[in-house]
Amino acid sequence: MFLIRVAFLAVLWIFVLSAISVIRSDMFGARVPETLREGAVPSGRKRSKPTKARRGSPTHLIVTGGENSGARAELADAPLLIGRGSDAAIKLDDDYVSTRHARVASSGDEWFVEDLGSTNGTYVGAARITQPTTVGLGVQIRVGKTILELRK
Amino acid sequence: MTQTGSLMGFVHRQRRGAELFLLVLALAVGIGAYAAVGLGMEGTIPADIVGYGGWLVLLIVAAHVTVRIVAPYADPVLLPLVAALNGLGLAVIHRMDITYEAMDKPNHDFAQQQLTWMTLGVVLFIGVLVLLRDHRFLQRFTYTAGLTGIVLLLLPFLPFIGKEVYGARIWINVAGFSFQPGEVAKVALVIAFAGYLVLHRDALALAGRRVLFIDLPRGRDLGPILAMFGVSMMILVLQRDLGSSLLFFGLFLVMLYVATERPGWLVVGGLMFSLGALLAWALVPHVGRRFDIWLNPQDYYDSVGGSYQPTEALFGMGWGGLIGRGFGNGMPERITFAESDFIVAAIGEELGLTAVMAIILCYGLIVERALRIALIARDGFGKLLAVGLGSVVALQVFVVIGGVTSLIPLTGLTTPFLSYGGSSLIANWVIVALLLRVSDQARRPVPRLEPEPGGPDEEHTQVVKLR
Repeated sequence: MFLIRVAFLAVLWIFVLSAISVIRSDMFGARVPETLREGAVPSGRKRSKPTKARRGSPTHLIVTGGENSGARAELADAPLLIGRGSDAAIKLDDDYVSTRHARVASSGDEWFVEDLGSTNGTYVGAARITQPTTVGLGVQIRVGKTILELRK
Repeated sequence: MTQTGSLMGFVHRQRRGAELFLLVLALAVGIGAYAAVGLGMEGTIPADIVGYGGWLVLLIVAAHVTVRIVAPYADPVLLPLVAALNGLGLAVIHRMDITYEAMDKPNHDFAQQQLTWMTLGVVLFIGVLVLLRDHRFLQRFTYTAGLTGIVLLLLPFLPFIGKEVYGARIWINVAGFSFQPGEVAKVALVIAFAGYLVLHRDALALAGRRVLFIDLPRGRDLGPILAMFGVSMMILVLQRDLGSSLLFFGLFLVMLYVATERPGWLVVGGLMFSLGALLAWALVPHVGRRFDIWLNPQDYYDSVGGSYQPTEALFGMGWGGLIGRGFGNGMPERITFAESDFIVAAIGEELGLTAVMAIILCYGLIVERALRIALIARDGFGKLLAVGLGSVVALQVFVVIGGVTSLIPLTGLTTPFLSYGGSSLIANWVIVALLLRVSDQARRPVPRLEPEPGGPDEEHTQVVKLR
């Protein structure tokens, strides 16, 4: 009887501990698949100064079309809010833009634009976005009648 | 709450193999407990273990295969944790049944019913995963879900179908089936809160003035919190259900805090709830009595509706000690409702503190996974949904196990997955399905619209500011 009791408790704890070890390997053991990594390894190039923007990564967001053409915001202040509201990083005077229209934020080396439930939507290229979408250099982001771009 | 929480260059693996391995162990826990009950109570391994174990394996394998097909990137640990808790709960309920049968109690097929409910729960789990391919679909039903939640909460007050059981009016009775609509209401309300807060969090977070280092919210933004406060007070006074009231209001506060990052809401909400609870303590006899029993459990041992049940639970857990009496050697039948609200006390008596700690750890892991899903989710709605579902489980476990161990005043709520209770079991399986759906979306590799122009520029894992 005692043996059964101890054996069952042991099974219970083995289960709990293996669950924890799976969580642990999930945290530290996830790898970038080799297919993605190939070609992306000019190794030895360390990030020397993380604050300084690297070659090829955008530094600011600029309005290229519409009423506020030429207005810009530094990506160092990300996440950037785009809209007509006074708290927006780029304040647009475009009637087709909502008060809080879209948000530009970074994740690692990539930049995302996310629509914040605007009335007229946010477009990347020609497509209306429904979820945070990666944008590269020079890709046109359209809100209302205004067009924005990421620039170096 | 930043919008882009995932770490780039860090690709989640599918981990379905790990899930299968853990599921095998979880089944070993469930079926092992059933065998141990048979050995402890009757001296032999029960004859129906093949049928019982086979049915359990079938359910779990069906759930696993569904996850493999429709949610391949989902979290690998949640399903096994739930399966283990459910299996252990079934075995303990079966053990109570054997005693109830020996005592000639009229109801002694709780385990059979619970297995039926579990089957229904797994069917719903599969249904949710198959039908709901993207959790953002639910965002469209923000206000519908909110209305459904409130209506479900009010259903027990309707004549004919509502009924009062042991002083709490939380049941409905339809066509011979009893059901607690509040259990389903909490899932609907989480969806409603998440949808509402993701739209309005900027207004709630930015406006307001600063008093004593705490940003107090603006007066006119208090509307929703006042409404929710009203609803939970209504539950407290009309349904006399302290646990549900705490659960709903706590859930709303947690989600509000997570959405706005403003501790001011917690201060305001906490004060409001304390005030409400104080009033209820003074005015509603049912609630006041619970407080008295909590403070002096021994004094009310013999009185009718007194502290017989929680005191017996404390005796049982004390008798169980570190490794318990062993199945069949304890007397959990002395505790009324040892198969439902007080199942943790029954486990503490016969399996001891060691098992209770393992169970609490399992709940902790479920909540941890939910918060982790919220961290890596890419959209605001998914984050809030995961936080909300996780805190439903957390609050419920805290209220129940805290009540059974006399840490807080006792309130009737079911222990998720362990307790006998169909509505709760079904609702919790749906919660797990929703969590898996959000985590599948979150762990999936990022869909790329633009190939990186600089090609080689992308390298190395980098921790971005997660705030």
